[in-house]
Amino acid sequence: MPKSPASVQDLSYEQALAELEALLSTLEGESRDLEGTMAMFERGKALIARCQELLEKADLKVKQLTADGEIIDLEEQD
Amino acid sequence: MEPDFSTINPQVYSVTDLTAYIRAILESNENLANVWVSGEISNLSRPSSGHIYFTLKDASASLRCVIWREQARHLSAALRDGMAVEAHGTISVYEQGGQYQLYVDGLRAAGEGLLYQEFLRLKAKLEAEGLFDEERKRPLPRLPKVIGVVTSATGAAFQDILNTLRVRCPLVEVVLSPVPVQGEAAPVLIAAAVEALNYSVNPDVIIIGRGGGSLEDLWAFNDERVVRAVAASKAPVISGVGHETDFTLTDFAADLRAPTPTGAAVLAVPDIADLNTELRSFSLQLSLLAESGIDEKRYELSENAHRLESLSPRWQVRQGMQRLDDLSLRLATGIKTNLRTEMARLVFIGGRLAVLDPQNVLRRGYALVRDASGALVASILKVKLGQTVNVLLQDGSFDTSVKEIKK
Repeated sequence: MPKSPASVQDLSYEQALAELEALLSTLEGESRDLEGTMAMFERGKALIARCQELLEKADLKVKQLTADGEIIDLEEQD
Repeated sequence: MEPDFSTINPQVYSVTDLTAYIRAILESNENLANVWVSGEISNLSRPSSGHIYFTLKDASASLRCVIWREQARHLSAALRDGMAVEAHGTISVYEQGGQYQLYVDGLRAAGEGLLYQEFLRLKAKLEAEGLFDEERKRPLPRLPKVIGVVTSATGAAFQDILNTLRVRCPLVEVVLSPVPVQGEAAPVLIAAAVEALNYSVNPDVIIIGRGGGSLEDLWAFNDERVVRAVAASKAPVISGVGHETDFTLTDFAADLRAPTPTGAAVLAVPDIADLNTELRSFSLQLSLLAESGIDEKRYELSENAHRLESLSPRWQVRQGMQRLDDLSLRLATGIKTNLRTEMARLVFIGGRLAVLDPQNVLRRGYALVRDASGALVASILKVKLGQTVNVLLQDGSFDTSVKEIKK
């Protein structure tokens, strides 16, 4: 776990998921003090909640690369 | 050759029989059963029956052709008079009209044959360069963040891709690099779009594609410049060009080939339902791991509590007290044992004393002799003749005098 973990609200889905996977394998591996275990558990729960939130709120972003290399929002025609 | 009219009974066929005979000859010829013919369409007729009739012509001959309704439905090329085509089919006879004709089961615009030759030549060349090697194929990211798309902004393909991503995994961001997907300019612009996406957007994966069309419509995706751009792309490329049955050189150069643009979108992202399932399993795993971690600590804690207890003064006092209890118990037991031993000894001694009780002796018939002063006479030396002595028996005493002393 990083020394000063970023607030989960700042994490993207991939970042949260990657940290969660790392956390789980650490938790699986070595043994640590109770406080550490509880802290990791809380962090893991927050990461999962962040991922679920992102999945629920997910809304496809559609952009376009212009001829001069700019990325602009794309108006969709239905 | 003049016919010989003198013959009495010549062999005469009916028209029907002769026509059937000719038909059988034509149909038994292997070359005519499987033949390609090139020519120009004329007298095109499409009656309401759905069958198509036309004549193939070149400078010096013509051939009647039929396409049955079932085959006509599968034609990709739109036929018109004057069109140069290559038709494939079987030669047979239309008996009522007395005409042999081509029964067409496949047809393409003339020149497609040449295109195909070009396709094969370029494929062999690029294959020899190793552009299509399996070792070049890169794995796709499990969950891309940004997906670059190279297709027409107005085509159905782009909408298919967006709809699929929206349902399947709306987490991603799509960046379209719009291009014309057919026509003269298409290959250069498609190749440039792949490069521009890599340069300006650096996407995790690129989808390149277009909807179905004729071989000519799809031709831009067989262009060497497009194929090279796809092979050189930094981001892995998924191709989705045309329909299931269409293969382009872009497909061979791509890291993954999808049958359609929709298929490419499916391959590009995981299903959100699977992501949810994965999260639930992670959540369970986390709880189990934390619980087992806490259990481990709980066990350690109780172990340590034991050790701590053994070092505390209270423990020492308790230990001392227990030892005291122990000792006093042993003491009590010891005392009891001693008492019992003493009592047993007393009983024993008492027994021996009882044996010595004179009364007991008297009971057995012995007598106790005392002199006048009451002193015990235990020897003949203590008595004189004529002396009065008292004889004690068990139930009383009498006085008597000593008559004779014997030794």
